[in-house]
Amino acid sequence: MTMSENKSNTAGPDTAQAQREPDVSEPLLSVKGLTKHFPIYGGFPFKRQVGAVQAVDDVTLDVYPGESLGLVGESGCGKSTTGRLLTRLMEPTSGTITYNGQDISHANRRKLAPIRSEIQMIFQDPYASLNPRQTVGTIISGPMEVNGINPPGGREARVRELLETVGLNPEHYNRFPHEFSGGQRQRIGVARALALNPKIIIADEPVSALDVSIQAQVINLLQELQRELDIAFVFIAHDLAIVRHFSQRIAVMYLGKVVEVADRDSLYNAPRHPYTHALLSAVPNADLDADKTERIRLFGDVPSPIMPPSGCRFRTRCWKAQDKCATEEPPLVQLSGAREGHLTACHFPEAPTTEKTGPDVVLDPALVALEEKNTDKK
Amino acid sequence: MTTLTKTEDSPAPSSSGAFLSVRDLRVQFSTEDGIVKAVDGLSFDLERGQTLGIVGESGSGKSVTNLSILGLHNRRSTQVSGEIVLDGQEITGASDKQLQTLRGNKMAMIFQDALTALSPYYTVGRQIAEPYIKHTGASKKEARARAIEMLGKVGIPDPKNRVDDFPHQFSGGMRQRAMIAMSLVCNPELLIADEPTTALDVTVQAQILDLLKDLQQEFGSAIILITHDLGVVANTVDDLLVMYAGRAVERGTVREVLKTPEHPYTWGLLGSMPRLSQDVGSELTPIPGSPPSLLNPPSGCAFNPRCSFVDIVDGSGRCVNERPLLPEGRGSACHLTGEQKQQVFIETIQPRLG
Repeated sequence: MTMSENKSNTAGPDTAQAQREPDVSEPLLSVKGLTKHFPIYGGFPFKRQVGAVQAVDDVTLDVYPGESLGLVGESGCGKSTTGRLLTRLMEPTSGTITYNGQDISHANRRKLAPIRSEIQMIFQDPYASLNPRQTVGTIISGPMEVNGINPPGGREARVRELLETVGLNPEHYNRFPHEFSGGQRQRIGVARALALNPKIIIADEPVSALDVSIQAQVINLLQELQRELDIAFVFIAHDLAIVRHFSQRIAVMYLGKVVEVADRDSLYNAPRHPYTHALLSAVPNADLDADKTERIRLFGDVPSPIMPPSGCRFRTRCWKAQDKCATEEPPLVQLSGAREGHLTACHFPEAPTTEKTGPDVVLDPALVALEEKNTDKK
Repeated sequence: MTTLTKTEDSPAPSSSGAFLSVRDLRVQFSTEDGIVKAVDGLSFDLERGQTLGIVGESGSGKSVTNLSILGLHNRRSTQVSGEIVLDGQEITGASDKQLQTLRGNKMAMIFQDALTALSPYYTVGRQIAEPYIKHTGASKKEARARAIEMLGKVGIPDPKNRVDDFPHQFSGGMRQRAMIAMSLVCNPELLIADEPTTALDVTVQAQILDLLKDLQQEFGSAIILITHDLGVVANTVDDLLVMYAGRAVERGTVREVLKTPEHPYTWGLLGSMPRLSQDVGSELTPIPGSPPSLLNPPSGCAFNPRCSFVDIVDGSGRCVNERPLLPEGRGSACHLTGEQKQQVFIETIQPRLG
């Protein structure tokens, strides 16, 4: 459990991690056809179900031991709900969740208890996820207490060790969360997740509430933990650059569906789904001399998951949509020419490159109007 | 861009020809715990039609600076000193009445969170029309027509009907568009955008940033864009100001600052941020520690407790005892010599950025 010193300045690329073959073993966590619909009640005088928020719809994913699976998408795409379903904080409407060969989709509390200690979660907001009335020691030893675990040397010693692992001072054992900064609080959350030696950690936007310089500290910490303790991660985030940095395999979600899943290299260099193209082209790049990539500007926001579009859910914002997209839902399949494990759900996939090949795709009429006017002026 | 080169040969004219000129701005809040020096001696210039980016982490004073330009700070607990000259008019000591004629008219602001910035009680159209009626004396009918025109311009579909909607009926991206419409309704010459896209999704962020850029070309406003994301400023702004603990630590054109950064804090920011064009294996190099409390900022250079280059500065303890000054024009507030900065950047920082 000892970590290398000077956490902030460890250099050198992590080759072992980058080259890890994901499919050497059975998946640790596997979901098939995972669906979560939140019912909406209405009507008078008797309330009955009038619809459902289709937060997650037919998601199939595998997480292998020791790998990091990234889950990206815009707000409302169901990535957080998926995370909560994976930890079984919510019960799925349908579909199966298999952990280590054991079906836990509808398992009860008692059956889940031993498994819960192996699947842990790190939450987004380090201000809301720590009880302000408990000391750091109580917070981190909480999971051990619940599970009746008494490590050799006592719980306090273990907590101090964990505090050191995440780069905090073990003497802060008796402090309260408000005495720490945002980055330090997130470290406390990480220590709590590590308390039971989990095999998999679901990290739901673990750094998006933090400042840029602190973000990098926490990302490096998580990466080091993954490397040294061989924990699998499901890394949920909306920042594509951070996900690329952290995850070996990435799934892109849109309105409750996985639209594309691939290894890091394929997804970022040879994406096929138009939505992945649009996402990548929207990421602002601080590198002024980076190669010119295609420019795609979608119009409007993500539609409501209460009444998602028929067929392909992206078709309402897609520039390639045709009649087929409205009637037939594209299956998540491996397209010809794609690498093993690179699955795309699209009837009319894009060319596997992010380089600029044709004219800009600008779907926003206001932008088109302004740009025409401005070019006329010149 | 022009300001930076110009100020070099004519040092610090207090009310220079610049459209907006801020000189030695200090903003202090008195709180129960003591005095917070939120902004401590900040100076910058902005020309018409130009965009200035201000980057920094939370608590670096970037928002406070702009609230004090607009005069939106709490007068009772806030002390503002220094000089803010907008188009020849001094506004630091201006009365509320004077400021009211400027706000929404000559200068306007786009806030981060459109849902809290818009009133839930009035329709979007009415909120857009209000400053127009106040400043131009237009009738309600004219103002409504103007609101519809503005909504159309910022890309709200079917503006004739949506003008009567309430903010909660708009999606996040549309609300931000409505707020842009509201800020531009009187053709302001200065537009302050405080993290305008932070609450939005990437695809919507890209739309809004492009929209701001295109609208600027049409309206010719000067824009101050406040953000924490170096990626956002890269393709949007002309000049860049990096702030840390209430002070500007580096200034230059966006290309100068991003391509040949000089301040260790800017190096740290760039090294903390993964980029899509980087090699996959490259390690992030975060800044150790966390931002200082502004109640009791470190002496000398505020960045010294987190800086890894303190030891190579000539003269022991200079970083702790002497506050480095930010030169006019392109430069950084750091005790490292020009050659040292260049050497460190080329030898250690640049290879890491990949």
